[in-house]
Amino acid sequence: MNLTLYVWRQKGPKDLGKLEQYEAPNVSPDQSFLEMLDDVNEVLIKTGKDPIAFDHDCREGICGMCSTVVNGRPHGGQDRTTVCQLHMRTFKDGDSIYIEPWKAKAFPIVKDLVVDRSALDAIQNAGGYTSCHTGGVPDANAVMISQPAAEYAMDAAECIGCGACVAGCPNSSAMLFTGNKVAQLAALPQGRPEAKARVKAMTEALKECGFGNCTNHYECQAACPKGIDVKFIAKLNREYIKSLLP
Amino acid sequence: MQFTQSTVGRKILMAVTGLILISFICVHLLGNSSVYWGADGINAYAKHLHDLGPLVWIFRLFMLAVFGLHILFGIQLTLENRAATPGNYAVKRLVRANFASETMIVSGLVLLAFVVYHILHFTMHLTNPEISASHLPVDALSRPDVFTMVVLSFQKFLISLIYVAAMVFLFLHVSHGFQSFIQTFGFNNGPSLHILEKVSKGFALVLLFGYISIPILIIFGIVKI
Ligand code: HEM
Ligand code: SF4
Ligand code: FES
Repeated sequence: MNLTLYVWRQKGPKDLGKLEQYEAPNVSPDQSFLEMLDDVNEVLIKTGKDPIAFDHDCREGICGMCSTVVNGRPHGGQDRTTVCQLHMRTFKDGDSIYIEPWKAKAFPIVKDLVVDRSALDAIQNAGGYTSCHTGGVPDANAVMISQPAAEYAMDAAECIGCGACVAGCPNSSAMLFTGNKVAQLAALPQGRPEAKARVKAMTEALKECGFGNCTNHYECQAACPKGIDVKFIAKLNREYIKSLLP
Repeated sequence: MQFTQSTVGRKILMAVTGLILISFICVHLLGNSSVYWGADGINAYAKHLHDLGPLVWIFRLFMLAVFGLHILFGIQLTLENRAATPGNYAVKRLVRANFASETMIVSGLVLLAFVVYHILHFTMHLTNPEISASHLPVDALSRPDVFTMVVLSFQKFLISLIYVAAMVFLFLHVSHGFQSFIQTFGFNNGPSLHILEKVSKGFALVLLFGYISIPILIIFGIVKI
């Protein structure tokens, strides 16, 4: 099939950037979205033009590097699918496709579709860990964890840190990302001792990084390629309220 | 970081003040429905309130503070959210947010304007002095005749229209706000959210019909002097 692409091109962080039109001829329905972009880039390179810069790594939906808004939806809007796992068979011959980077003040654009997501690392570093000795290997069952708690924590830990929740949010809030970190650790016995300090530090970091405030649009859950539930934001809220109590 | 600066702290303040405002709105609707008991109903109710004396003023100041906090933090949060969002996607499709959730600041500011008008109209008797209770003769039991004031007011089409329109904005604000404060307090385990959202819309609809029934029944002459 033949497609028309409108791709966000921006030379660097200071450049204003604009959409540019490209043709993508002979696209195979079995290609992934990023493979289609690879083909477009190959032509650009051969003709001496600057290829479209985009982030990617595993291309199998687990690393969280790919980060592209396709036709107004982060990762293209297919349920629980990263854009690297989005296949061209979901498009029709002759379609126009708008391809843009995550746009949020906290995610400055580096080049074209590549944004700097270190703000998410700053939130993680503020409290998304447990402090413990790393010396000897502890007994496997020294700390018992119930099956429901383990499942709950694993559901929260599914987050791959891609930032689609921020890109989808009308307020550019990173509350789903922060919520699942807080919830994951608060659900486990190892995370309890630092729970109060953690929720405060991580939500402060969220604000200081320039993300917006959550107003419960729930758009993040719809954008998340892992379908992370906003119940983890409710859990963060509970943990925050608990942190205020003596 | 202070509670009043924290992103979640302020969200909780919005929810607490929102919940108090919603509670007030429910009690206010119950009180207003005494209009269906005629002059005896609402005039007696109004007299009861007035006889509370200083308590009324304590309550008014409390509501003013709650309303003020809700408005100030609502505006501050909205401005921050706009600053955090460059908002220059060429194509942007929202699938989970809705009209009500996206227009909270608009419905909120319309409600603020309405509350100012409502107080000028029924509390301070400034906007339509000719039909205000303070200018009307007292009723047979020498109580201020609130019933006549309400009926004469809502017989004017423009006044009824303002009240009905304002209640549509109240519906929008509460249809998102009700489930929002429940999520903010943390009472959502995942599957409960869809039910909460339905309850929220239903609750807002009850408020809408409850409030607009009064001007509508009056304008159609079903409730009359
Ligand atoms: C009639 C009175 C009002 C009622 C009953 C009411 C109720 C509520 C409720 C329950 C919420 C949800 C709180 C949450 O959990 O986040 C809310 C949010 C909000 N309200 Fe109001 N409100 C009223 C008036 C106003 C006014 C006058 C404004 C004007 C600025 C306003 C602006 C907002 C905004 C911007 C939000 C969203 C903020 C957020 O969720 O963080 N409201 N309101
Ligand atoms: S919560 Fe979902 S959308 Fe947000 S960073 Fe994690 S995986 Fe990506
Ligand atoms: S490239 Fe790793 S998730 Fe898409």
